[in-house]
Amino acid sequence: MSATIAAGVITPPSIEYSQLCPMLLVFGLAVAGVLVEAFVPRQARRGIHLVLTLGGLAAAFVLTIVVASSKSLFRDHAAGHVAAMGAVAVDRPTLFIQGTILVLAFVSVLLIAESSHDVSSFAAQAAAIPGSAEEREGLLAGITHTEVYPLTMFAVGGMLLFPAANDLLTMFVALEVLSLPLYLLCGLARRRRLLSQEAAMKYFLLGAFSSAFFLFGIALLYGFAGSVRLSAIAAAASSDTGSTTLLLAGLALVGLGLLFKIGAVPFHGWKPDVYQGAPTPVTALMASCTVVSAFGALLRVFYVAFGQLTWDWRPAMWTIAILTMVAGALIAITQTDVKRLLAYSSIAHAGFILTGVIAATAAGLSASLFYLAAYGFTTIGAFAVVTLVRDPAGEAAHLSQWAGLGKRSPLVAGVFAFFLLAFAGIPLTSGFTGKFAVFQAAVAGGAVPLVIVGVLSSAIAAFFYVRVIVLMFFSDPAPDAPSVVTPSVFTSAAVVLGVVATVVLGVVPQPLLGLASHAASQLFVR
Amino acid sequence: MTTVAATGVQHAAWLMLAFPLFGAVVLLLGGRRTDRWGHLLGVAAPLAAFGYGLACFFALLSYPAAGRSRDLHLFSWIPVGGFRVSIGMLMDPLSLSFVLLITGVGSLIHIYSVGYMAHDTDRRRFFGYLNLFIAAMLLLVLSDNYLGLYVGWEGVGLASYLLIGFWQFKPTAAVAAKKAFIANRVGDAGLSLAIMLMFATFGTVNFSGVFARAHEAGPGVMAALGLLLLLGACGKSAQLPLQSWLLDAMEGPTPVSALIHAATMVTAGVYLIVRSNVIFDLSSTARLGVQVVGAVTLLFGGIIACAKDDIKKSLAGSTMSQIGYMFLAAGLGPAGYGLAIGLLLAHGFFKANLFLGAGSVMHGMDDEVNMRRYGGLARLMPVTAATFGLAYLAIIGIPGFSGFFTKDPIIEAAFSKGGVSGALLGTAALIGAGLTAFYMTRMVLMTFFGKRRWEDQAAAAAAGAGQEGEAEAPHQQPHPHESPQVMLWPMILLAIGSVGAGAFLATGDRLVNFLAPVTRTPAAPPGIVGPYGLGALGLALVAVAAAWWMYGRREVPAVAPAGGVLVVAARKDLYGDAFNESVLMRPGQWLTRLSVYFDNRGVDGLVNTFAATVGGASGRLRKVQTGFVRSYALAMFFGAALLVGALLLVRL
Repeated sequence: MSATIAAGVITPPSIEYSQLCPMLLVFGLAVAGVLVEAFVPRQARRGIHLVLTLGGLAAAFVLTIVVASSKSLFRDHAAGHVAAMGAVAVDRPTLFIQGTILVLAFVSVLLIAESSHDVSSFAAQAAAIPGSAEEREGLLAGITHTEVYPLTMFAVGGMLLFPAANDLLTMFVALEVLSLPLYLLCGLARRRRLLSQEAAMKYFLLGAFSSAFFLFGIALLYGFAGSVRLSAIAAAASSDTGSTTLLLAGLALVGLGLLFKIGAVPFHGWKPDVYQGAPTPVTALMASCTVVSAFGALLRVFYVAFGQLTWDWRPAMWTIAILTMVAGALIAITQTDVKRLLAYSSIAHAGFILTGVIAATAAGLSASLFYLAAYGFTTIGAFAVVTLVRDPAGEAAHLSQWAGLGKRSPLVAGVFAFFLLAFAGIPLTSGFTGKFAVFQAAVAGGAVPLVIVGVLSSAIAAFFYVRVIVLMFFSDPAPDAPSVVTPSVFTSAAVVLGVVATVVLGVVPQPLLGLASHAASQLFVR
Repeated sequence: MTTVAATGVQHAAWLMLAFPLFGAVVLLLGGRRTDRWGHLLGVAAPLAAFGYGLACFFALLSYPAAGRSRDLHLFSWIPVGGFRVSIGMLMDPLSLSFVLLITGVGSLIHIYSVGYMAHDTDRRRFFGYLNLFIAAMLLLVLSDNYLGLYVGWEGVGLASYLLIGFWQFKPTAAVAAKKAFIANRVGDAGLSLAIMLMFATFGTVNFSGVFARAHEAGPGVMAALGLLLLLGACGKSAQLPLQSWLLDAMEGPTPVSALIHAATMVTAGVYLIVRSNVIFDLSSTARLGVQVVGAVTLLFGGIIACAKDDIKKSLAGSTMSQIGYMFLAAGLGPAGYGLAIGLLLAHGFFKANLFLGAGSVMHGMDDEVNMRRYGGLARLMPVTAATFGLAYLAIIGIPGFSGFFTKDPIIEAAFSKGGVSGALLGTAALIGAGLTAFYMTRMVLMTFFGKRRWEDQAAAAAAGAGQEGEAEAPHQQPHPHESPQVMLWPMILLAIGSVGAGAFLATGDRLVNFLAPVTRTPAAPPGIVGPYGLGALGLALVAVAAAWWMYGRREVPAVAPAGGVLVVAARKDLYGDAFNESVLMRPGQWLTRLSVYFDNRGVDGLVNTFAATVGGASGRLRKVQTGFVRSYALAMFFGAALLVGALLLVRL
């Protein structure tokens, strides 16, 4: 890029539209969503948005499959193609991640689209001061925030680009594109708006903080390699020229930016607060799609740019993985809020996936890919159940309110218990298969101590999952116990998809495992 | 001998298993609804299996001797990777001989039980268990691989447990059932280890596969395999050192004793050894183990049987002793396998007959089992006495009866093994013959002849009750009577078998030649009546005279006299239980207590401490989550500093 500018001649960039069409479609529909907000009357907006968003995500998924099955892309055993003048990589792991994100985003949007008056999670007017007369008017008028759909689409577009970015600048842009809409979405909760706005604020501040680190890391790496292209950094690192201090400090800071997004300890502080405060459907979106996307980017950076430096980053990453697993599982034990509990659980799971990442092999990559897909479905399902258990003030988030749920609503409690068992990694659930896959890859990669810590953390984690199950089934309900609302078809579909995916990936994981290992067989394109 | 796929009537041989299994399922799941006709179904099931077994048997006879091995593949069990076990049924002379014994004698015992259990409210359940036993036993002998055999093996163990403890309201019965189960577990562990070792060595557990590759394994493996199989056989067949359960197992209803603890289940060990003859032929160590176990147990059981006053326990000791003969024969190798099976089949008849006779006596004597309270019953129970007498003549080996044709050749074969060991084994077998004659004569004399001691007993008891007052119900004098027809006819049929089976099986070495394709017995085994056979007969006659001298000529005291050291020891099962108690049970209890202590203090302490630590750490760590962005940012900042520092440090 810099070369062409220096020459003073601007050649039109060549864009492989056919290979990038899924992302382009999502971005295009996001822009179209903004136009809908601007020009379509309020009553008609929701319907149009639903068609655009759900249809667009489904279409983008189909296009991803078409791209993934195109013969020309992988001709002569090519790992893939670097499109858009070297800015975007199109290869099998990326397509797998993008497909996963699209499916999970589709399910999340089902939750976001829940509109029955009781369950809708979004404020009528974000700008209205909590508790003001303005807010009450908006609620009474039945206004809902339809901006969430284009915002979601922008975020999803950013998530698709983030793991595909082949240079660090593109990656940074994608990071911001995915983060900014999420900051907004976090502050849109209908109930407990102060908490929600606080969460959005925290997320924004800390996100900006980490972005600064990320950007600084990019600068250091550019200083080292003279390029922001991942392959160029890798080449420079292996040629052993330049300052290793620049390289390693850059690695650390870029890594920090990515680890922040997945919520690894000690960069996890935002996660419980934001997961708790954000509207639950947005939490589901973040816990599934954002994590998948961030892991995709992390995998690409560490496998492509720093693939030669495994001996340098492994000790630090080991430490972080151990801290993440242990701290996530430990702190979760004393949580009393369901969403915070799931947030810490998400932190612990990030640690488990990190063990697969650290293996730095094709097996580690494929195990991580499988784990991400399996975990995404389960976590969306769990958050979907959380939206259903409500008291007059909104969602009944405090664990004590869940006591005895199994006696009043055995089906809902049973489904939630099933998701918890999947988180705990009980056999015949996808959680077991995923954990088995990453631990196996880690053992094969020589990380036996890491796996031992992982298994012990799983044991600790199992305690608090089972504790919730015991609470639901073996305690008596409180007199002011929350009720379980009857979900509309959207939430039901999300729950059912979560259950089905968790069962199927636990009982017959082979097709998806095969797909993941096929996707990972040639690693990333350089 | 090559095995061919089963055709014709044998193609549906699974029906043999299905009949009793169906009976068991219907009777056990049908509940009280089936009470009225349950016993009829229970009898029909083994009869149908017997009929089908006969058909299969004659189909087998129609094949040439070399082709009498038919396999029926049923299904493949969990084909995973290299683990492939095809579940199937093997029909050859050995398995079908057992099928006919199990279903034939079993059917007679079922019929007998209709009368014996007529007054029991749980008769249907009893028949359900009996059918379950028959099904499991048939699976044991018909399976074409060790895994299927093991399933049947466990199945008969379960059925035996349920049947011994059938009157579970009696604590002794419940304890006896547990004891039988636990003693059998020890043996089962041996069998399961043997199967695992087989799979590890040969990669298969099918009979044909294991036997075809047996010669490839080293002598150590073969010895281990043989001894583990022997351990399994000892458990099921109540041989030393796992003999202790059989005597207690007499707590079960008498037909159970006849069916399980005389005719069929306890012979499973013999079946296992004869079936695994290829393995034992390759290991003289294992063979020696079998011989020693057999010789010692035959003496052990015989001595116990001499001292017991309980008629069933005496018969139980006799069973141990007779199975000891079978083990001894089986341990002799190809020359002995056929003889072992011959005695086994003959024994199935006469021992079942003896047990049913004992049951008939008990039936008439208000369930009294102490022979010292019998006496003079021959006149009151003529059919029982006659059939019992025929079986008696058979077991002590009077020429013309079946014991003579089947047991004496074993004694001959033991001597003809030669060397010191042959002489020792032969002598043991010879002494055993004398013991057999002694305790059986004693039993017959005490039960059917002499003074009617039950009359005195009742009078004494009535007098005692009268002195203590009217509160206690007056002790009724038993009214011995002949049992109903439904109990007599099975005994009569079995008596015919007791008389004729031996001659039928032994004439012209019919059975030995029939089994030869399986046992690979060389032609021309030792003749029937040799010098040692005559010696055994002479010894038996001396023993009969001695028993008459002690129990026929003199009056039998109603209370057992003190007796010498040996008598006391024999009454206490030769301290088998005391040995188990002091060597196994007490150390086991100490070990248990120690483990419990360790579990409470060590493991639980560790776990609880760990849990408390984890909980405390969690409580402390969550305080880090203050909710202030500034502290999170600070954590990130320090994290970043550490990360950079750590990465740079690695390169230093």
